[in-house]
Amino acid sequence: MKTKSIMIVGVGGQGTLLASRLIGNALISTGCDVKLSEVHGMSQRGGSVVTYVKYGDAVHSPLIDLGEADYILSFEALEAGRFLPYLKQGGTIITNTQHILPMPVITGQMAYPENVLDDLKAKADVIAVDALALAEQAGSPKAVNVVLTGVLSKAMDLDEAVWQQSLETTVPPKFLELNRKAFRLGRES
Amino acid sequence: MKKLLLGNAAAARGLFEAGCTFVSSYPGTPSTEITEEAAKFPEVYAEWAPNEKCALEAALGASIAGARAMCAMKHVGLNVAADPLYTAAYTGVNGGLVIAVADDPGMHSSQNEQDSRHHAIASKVPMVEPADSGECRDFMKLAFELSETFDTPVLFRTCTRVAHSQSLVELYDRQEAPLREYVKNPRKYVMAPGNAIPQHVVVENRTEKLRAYGEDCPFNRVEMGDTEWGVITSGISYQYVKEALPEVSVLKLGLVNPLPEKIIRDFAAKVKKLAVVEELDPIIETHVRNLGLRVDLGKKELGLLGEFSQNRIRAAFGKALPESVKLEEQLPVRPPVLCPGCPHRGLFHVLHKLKVTVSGDIGCYTLGASAPLSAMDSTICMGASIGVLHGFEKVRPEAAGKMVAVIGDSTFMHSGMTGLVNLVYNQGVGVVLILDNSITGMTGHQQNPLTGMTLKEQPTAQLSAEKIAEACGVKRVRVVDPQDLKATEAAIREELAAEEPSVIVVRRPCALLKWVKHRPAFHIDPDKCRSCKACMQIGCPAIVFDGKAAIDPTLCVGCGLCQQLCRFGAICE
Repeated sequence: MKTKSIMIVGVGGQGTLLASRLIGNALISTGCDVKLSEVHGMSQRGGSVVTYVKYGDAVHSPLIDLGEADYILSFEALEAGRFLPYLKQGGTIITNTQHILPMPVITGQMAYPENVLDDLKAKADVIAVDALALAEQAGSPKAVNVVLTGVLSKAMDLDEAVWQQSLETTVPPKFLELNRKAFRLGRES
Repeated sequence: MKKLLLGNAAAARGLFEAGCTFVSSYPGTPSTEITEEAAKFPEVYAEWAPNEKCALEAALGASIAGARAMCAMKHVGLNVAADPLYTAAYTGVNGGLVIAVADDPGMHSSQNEQDSRHHAIASKVPMVEPADSGECRDFMKLAFELSETFDTPVLFRTCTRVAHSQSLVELYDRQEAPLREYVKNPRKYVMAPGNAIPQHVVVENRTEKLRAYGEDCPFNRVEMGDTEWGVITSGISYQYVKEALPEVSVLKLGLVNPLPEKIIRDFAAKVKKLAVVEELDPIIETHVRNLGLRVDLGKKELGLLGEFSQNRIRAAFGKALPESVKLEEQLPVRPPVLCPGCPHRGLFHVLHKLKVTVSGDIGCYTLGASAPLSAMDSTICMGASIGVLHGFEKVRPEAAGKMVAVIGDSTFMHSGMTGLVNLVYNQGVGVVLILDNSITGMTGHQQNPLTGMTLKEQPTAQLSAEKIAEACGVKRVRVVDPQDLKATEAAIREELAAEEPSVIVVRRPCALLKWVKHRPAFHIDPDKCRSCKACMQIGCPAIVFDGKAAIDPTLCVGCGLCQQLCRFGAICE
């Protein structure tokens, strides 16, 4: 199998690491080679964050470069726009419609690009979902990451049981039911 | 059984399987999880030391006593630990001693981009460099054997993309390494000149033996492809080469100090053109050139700065890059910010208001330099805030009364105390603010000597920042809560006016600590909001403005700091 690349982007604190681990744990059960890459430390504090998931027969570089991502899973609308250059020709962006204002917008130096999703749709295949509303419906706004993983799961050729198993191994037992619901809402969206 | 493991977790697995029983480290991104993961094994004693020098000295002590010992740090931490490192190179070891050092090309979470291989060369200590999690486990185990076989500490170098990537790792059982006999041996362990002079001979001979070992060892390997290009590489760069240039021949070096000679010459002889691909400085390339070999592609084409990637290598070799599109509009950047409810926010708001010069330090509070708080003038290295304050005020006496140092609790314990002693002893008058948020924050919540807990989560002696300051000779020591803006401002004004050294312990726990209770989100009454933007001055990501100010309930943790700034009573619980 040729290497497939999924880039997960968002704002530090939104739980992108958990999403990448959820996908990674689902993938290893298929027996393919998997690499995940994360960034810890200062960038986690409300900044733009990126994690990478790559899988295939043999994965070398853990990074996804410009023009290489089969999927970009974005937790925030502006971040989807920022990372568009990483999308492979013919790739798909799955994005949350939520806006989180960055500090230069909060301080009034720059404006939030209100039309970012429309602009994106003119350039790429985009699936936009209000993941925050679905997460709240599942019981917690923090479950945005699992809702979006549920949306992505529709595009990946893995059995439902594999995802359920991955949820069990990745999520603390206390929050398992909530996250199962969040995943289902994403998958059925 | 295969498991998906972070490079750091795999390194911890390796030391566990190698029978290591002692770990002492200071946290630093991207090295921290090696020690955190090691601490989860009941068979391994693991601790957070106050700094990397203490950690390495403790690990060396454990090694001399006969145990296999490990010590982990980030690249700049190795500067702090350089003193014991350079002499441990002379004493050698008893039980195996491995020093893990994690570089940060691209500076994801660091103040510089130094290449720690220079330390290996200068200290004459062998260095191994894994390229993924599997090798982290393997090389860590092999490093212990290498250490004992050659009677030397061994450096284990990673970088952000190895340390913080996950890949599949085969797990094996632990093999116990019983304590080796300790025999008093001053010639080996007392490095006074009479003993150190002959030990230096031992070191130079050892390097030559290690170089010969490198010609045929499990760390280095040749993967022949076509012979148009031969690429010499190591660590993470190997992965980028394999991805960008799957057809080329590769000499992958896992032992990066000392570098071999014969296998490089043999490899060069088999290929038409030779390239060296290594991040940061041209260490391998310089070695290859010194062998009299021609390097057809290297630093000149690839550059000294930042991280590599597959596209950077494709471009250097003249290969086509994947097509890529972007939006026409310029998008706002999203820099990291202090979290909602962060106790540092109130303090930096006050410092901004007072327009003082701020000598900063390393931690989450370095973000106090960003707009709109913009309250930091310098940030150098761990502990530098107090020394910089002292020197600045000595040559500009008029700055006294208008300048403070800010330093976190863990950073103060790391290397701030000696700066404070210097300031008091040499008749400085500076104001030092110790930002005590009850945890080591930036690296992801590690215990330290001021928190009263060990790495293994056992209660222990809790040191007091106030008492340490008093013991250092500071007479004016006080504590404030940065959430109380008026009290914080008053305290700083009073201490700036005093003509002797002062320490203010600015104390409130990190908002992300699990035991910190939060109030429900605040909200803004739009009828009362006069759009004055006073609440926007604290740079809270939860407060947004669109004609009127509003609070994002998904981000607000109810700290109430903004409420103190609103003159119209518009911000409500």
